[in-house]
Amino acid sequence: MARAVTQNRKIINTAAAWTVGLLIFFPILWTILTSFKTEATAIADPPVFLAFDWTLENYSVVLERSNYMRFLWNSVIIAGGSTILGIIIAVPAAWSMAFVPGKRTKDILLWMLSTKMLPAVGVLYPIYLIFIKMGLLDSRTGLVIVLMLMNLPIIVWMLYTYFREIPGEILEAARMDGAGLKEEILYVLTPMAIPGIASTLLLNFILAWNEAFWTLNLTAAKAAPLTAFIASYSSPEGLFYAKLSAASTMAIAPILILGWFSQKQLVSGLTFGAVK
Amino acid sequence: MATQHSRSAARLMMAPAVILLLGWMLVPLIMTLMFSFKKYLPLRGGDLGWVGFDNYIRFVTSSAFWPSVLATLAIVGGVLFITVVFGVLLAVLLNQPMWGQGIVRILVIAPFFVMPTVSALVWKNMFMDPVNGLFAHLWKFFGATPIEWLSQASLQSIIMIVSWQWLPFATLILLTAIQSLDREQLEAAEMDGAPPLKRFGYITLPHLGRAITVVVLIQMIFLLGIFAEIFVTTQGSFGTRTLTYLIYQRVLESQNVGLGSAGGVYAIILANIVAIFLMRAVGKNLDA
Repeated sequence: MARAVTQNRKIINTAAAWTVGLLIFFPILWTILTSFKTEATAIADPPVFLAFDWTLENYSVVLERSNYMRFLWNSVIIAGGSTILGIIIAVPAAWSMAFVPGKRTKDILLWMLSTKMLPAVGVLYPIYLIFIKMGLLDSRTGLVIVLMLMNLPIIVWMLYTYFREIPGEILEAARMDGAGLKEEILYVLTPMAIPGIASTLLLNFILAWNEAFWTLNLTAAKAAPLTAFIASYSSPEGLFYAKLSAASTMAIAPILILGWFSQKQLVSGLTFGAVK
Repeated sequence: MATQHSRSAARLMMAPAVILLLGWMLVPLIMTLMFSFKKYLPLRGGDLGWVGFDNYIRFVTSSAFWPSVLATLAIVGGVLFITVVFGVLLAVLLNQPMWGQGIVRILVIAPFFVMPTVSALVWKNMFMDPVNGLFAHLWKFFGATPIEWLSQASLQSIIMIVSWQWLPFATLILLTAIQSLDREQLEAAEMDGAPPLKRFGYITLPHLGRAITVVVLIQMIFLLGIFAEIFVTTQGSFGTRTLTYLIYQRVLESQNVGLGSAGGVYAIILANIVAIFLMRAVGKNLDA
């Protein structure tokens, strides 16, 4: 009897959860489907869901017409560059905070986080001006630097929480065996820290890829990444639904896939460890 | 245990990150503060000298100010309400035993990974367009006149788009928090005959309190700064000009840097008030 009840409940739960899940996912699904339609089918009334002639034409048109590869390349360089640079700067800092904590370590960490709270629009003009003066406007270098600085607090924070979980006794044991600081870092700590560094890399790459304040305001034709490329569809090209969908699908597909791998880190990374 | 030597090495290792962040924080901040006390019109005469608190007064007395405060409150409040309420419900639902839990989780989280310009444009054109959008088809199917979403119900539309983007975040964090809830406590309450609603109200919800606080505070920081969603949909028209968007327009569109910077200082103060509460929540966890 009790078994039947739980079985029934499981069926209801499953049905409810799948309905809600598909409803939430629907806009993405609809975009992907529309990208394979012709423009006429895309705006057909009533809408067509699956029974249409699938075509790859939109993809080839978007790729040909709009220099898509350049935007994609800019996104890769900007998101990848800022993340890798951030990690290079953050690893030593997080390392020393985790293994040689001082009295003010906690204050420094919290202060770093607080810089993340600064509203971007409040410093828009100064950054804009500095960019003009230094010739960084519409350059990938400039965006790599800004996005790196923007994500640096999260990177330090995530690495710190991962490093803190490495037991200190292992270091002592290595030291007893005669390992110097260099060997200690290279052969003992690095292998243990790699999973933490990898997940930090992943999450921050996603954040940088989707960043849409600085990338929209500090780029024009040359260094614009995919966020700006899609924004250029706001009119009138946006009325070509199938092409908009193809461009959108290409812009979000790599990140959706990466994102699914990073769900676990998402929570601790974005709540700064406040929720575990 | 830590020697003098390792301490100074630690300081050296921390230095690059600290110095960079210090510069990133202080240099633009000082410049914004300086501009805010000047009449500064880069395209019409440049730096026209100090004007005291003029910009601060003009920013809050301009006719655009209060509507922008209201738009900001409506959007932030609306999105917070929707994401927290539905986030709790979804988290409770996803925590139940079911088939294909992993896949449902992925479906629910997916919108968070869609870049803001894509989600805004997809919603604007393919769902909210009054002629060809899916909503228009749906309305016509039921014999109703399609709504011109982004002009007739502009704030609601923006709230809908942004809520869709942030619901996954709230759900995921609340789900993580629910999973740390002691199952035995719930089972004990069930044995004692507490009905589901009471169990939820007296055990689950209080347990979620902290996570809800964190969700609200973090989302507030991000929601106060939403930009792309408005930039590609309404461009601030139809009552969707938030404080952030107003400052952006003052600074970059009309190039009134002094006035915009004063607005920027207000935004910084506002964000700091939120940040103080967030820092407390985070700091507490750091001691534990």
